[in-house]
Amino acid sequence: MKVIFFLILASLVVAIGFLTAFIWAVKDGQFDDDYTPSVRILFDDKKPESKES
Amino acid sequence: MAQLEQFSYDNKIVRNFGLAAAVFGIIGMLVGLWMALELVFPSLNLGLPWTTFGRIRPLHTNAVIFAFVGNGIFMGVYYSLQRLTKARMFSDLLSNIHFWLWQAIILAAAVTLPLGITSSWEYAELEWPIDLAITIAWVIFGINMFGTIIKRRENHLYVAIWFYIATWITVALLHIVKNLELPVTLWKSYGVFSGVQDALVQWWYGHNAVAFFLTTPYLGLMYYFLPKAANRPVYSYRLSIIHFWALIFIYIWAGPHHLLYTSLPDWAQSLGSVFSIMLIAPSWGGMLNGLLTLRGAWDRVRQDPILKFMVVAVTAYGMSTFEGPMLSIKSFNAITHYTDWTIAHVHVGALGWNGLLTFGMLYWLIPRIYNTKLYSVKSANIHFWISTLGILFYAIPLYWAGLTQSLMWKEFTPDGYLKYKLFLETVTQIIPMYAIRAFGGLLFFSGLFLMVWNLVKTMASGKLVADESAEAPAKVAYVKHKGEHWHRWIERRPVQMLILSLIVVAIGGAVEFLPMWTIDSNVPKISTVKPYTALELEGRDIYVREGCVGCHSQMIRPFRSETERYGDYSKSGEFVYDRPFLWGSKRTGPDLQKEGASKLKKSDGWHYNHMLEPVSMSPGSIMPTYPWLHEDDLNTSSTKAKIAALRKLGTPYPEGYEDTIAEEMALQAQTIAENLRKEGIEQEGVETKEIVALIAYLQRLGVDYQVDKQANK
Repeated sequence: MKVIFFLILASLVVAIGFLTAFIWAVKDGQFDDDYTPSVRILFDDKKPESKES
Repeated sequence: MAQLEQFSYDNKIVRNFGLAAAVFGIIGMLVGLWMALELVFPSLNLGLPWTTFGRIRPLHTNAVIFAFVGNGIFMGVYYSLQRLTKARMFSDLLSNIHFWLWQAIILAAAVTLPLGITSSWEYAELEWPIDLAITIAWVIFGINMFGTIIKRRENHLYVAIWFYIATWITVALLHIVKNLELPVTLWKSYGVFSGVQDALVQWWYGHNAVAFFLTTPYLGLMYYFLPKAANRPVYSYRLSIIHFWALIFIYIWAGPHHLLYTSLPDWAQSLGSVFSIMLIAPSWGGMLNGLLTLRGAWDRVRQDPILKFMVVAVTAYGMSTFEGPMLSIKSFNAITHYTDWTIAHVHVGALGWNGLLTFGMLYWLIPRIYNTKLYSVKSANIHFWISTLGILFYAIPLYWAGLTQSLMWKEFTPDGYLKYKLFLETVTQIIPMYAIRAFGGLLFFSGLFLMVWNLVKTMASGKLVADESAEAPAKVAYVKHKGEHWHRWIERRPVQMLILSLIVVAIGGAVEFLPMWTIDSNVPKISTVKPYTALELEGRDIYVREGCVGCHSQMIRPFRSETERYGDYSKSGEFVYDRPFLWGSKRTGPDLQKEGASKLKKSDGWHYNHMLEPVSMSPGSIMPTYPWLHEDDLNTSSTKAKIAALRKLGTPYPEGYEDTIAEEMALQAQTIAENLRKEGIEQEGVETKEIVALIAYLQRLGVDYQVDKQANK
């Protein structure tokens, strides 16, 4: 059943990758504001004018 | 103040993926409906190799997962990612290559699977050349996605983008590890792992394919399209962040719940169970976050079919993620596993969660990129109701069927004998349920046409805005401040970061691949278990080709009801030479792990007649007929290469065995042919036919273990 070590290792690599990403995100301030992003996505439909419409 | 920049969004690629999703939805579900009807009317198998249940089952699953849902993912990601990052996709060329390569892969799957070219690993059936193409398509998608993220104008990565990133990374890893295989010919390969190890890798992959192909990308899409459609922010952005991180950390460990009560070591089973049960927390967090987004807007749900689709989709997600942890509890799994309950479970997810969310996205997005209104809201409402009813008519009969059949398998008479000795009795009992299920599928399927008609009309009433103009402030340049953390430097240099992460991945990859070379089959060995003979190996490959594993398991669980019926429970040592493992996940027919031994043993002639016309041996059987096995000559052109490849992978065939196989195969075939003749079956030249190889394989199943038991008496 050595394959299980292999799988655990592979899973750990992914998990550590995500952990790094998480730490990066926190340090980057990605989660400092946990309200406006949810509202901001609602306001992207105002377009200047469509070239083709 | 940053300068406003003018740019445009690529809508054409979104439209293309959307159309592909709709078209392949129809094809994939048509095949599904066909299969459902085959179970009720076996004559629909048509007696042709390409239309039998075993061969089109993977066609259905692959078409729905990778063609319908896959194109749905790309449609939603290409639409939302551009808007969330306020940037056009990184490269139009890559977008187009991605699109066409993906469709070519689907086409290749649609041709090879009915031809019986399959690895038999669930959801990874495609053979190695197509696996390579998938890898290339996925890398192109990744470059395009990360390129867009790097050139974004919006510094904050909205939670949906995190889901997309996790999807990309994990699917890449899963796909590569699962498909480690040694090619024998252009269309045949053997996996690196065998037996119980292969099973573990399979369900590590299989479960995470569900998690990271059917779930995480769709959660990302939910977090974008649901708030957009409801025009209100997600209930709690904070919860969405917690949801994301918790989900991806837990999901990857849950795979072994597909192998409860099998020969997998107990502790691995328990690990899978525990993580699966934990999964309910993040899953329900996500579901509630979606539903609560609509608080105060339920009046709109009453009118807007798009919101209806999304609400039921999220509810279906909640249902199947409640069911999942339940099914991962061993005592519950003991009842439901190998029955139709599993099929019902995946379809609540696939039809409800993936299907309805895709429909909702299409109805929302097509009018927008065509700068018009949905042609018929009424028709969309009707579509909503028939698909919801379709799901109910699909799932409820199958829950019933699964429970009924399982209880019948387990029922003993007061004297201690199996009450339903004939497996077939437990199948014919639930055929009415199969019929109702097919009706549910038909309902769901017919809704698709309503949608396509509606969308085509919508498209005709507007004009595609291929390049939608947009403007956004340029990304604010980062200002260095005191006490800055060291890796801030690298964060401002995305290319360097990519290179660095590539190095990290490469090291990780090397660390992962090193154990590969040292892996032997160090599962408890049984000395009498020997490799298959060349003829049996060819027979096994026919068994794989015909997709027998779709209906027949080869894993006897340690329950009295199973050991009574099939013989002693399966040990991991019995599978060491099995490439691929064939434990299966559904019993529409009986388990075959000890088919050639113990009380199950049947004569060669029985198998011959049974494969030709199953009802001749088991009246009422719904198994397809396999007349071509009796007509086609066994192709032995690659037998030597197969033996050599297996030896390379560790199967202890003696050196030079290849040179003796022609004789040995002829001899074994001759013996079977003689047995057939003794039973009155006169077929000219039967010894060279495929059926003989298949019989050789079936008669070998369980024999080695029986020898061991007798020796130890």
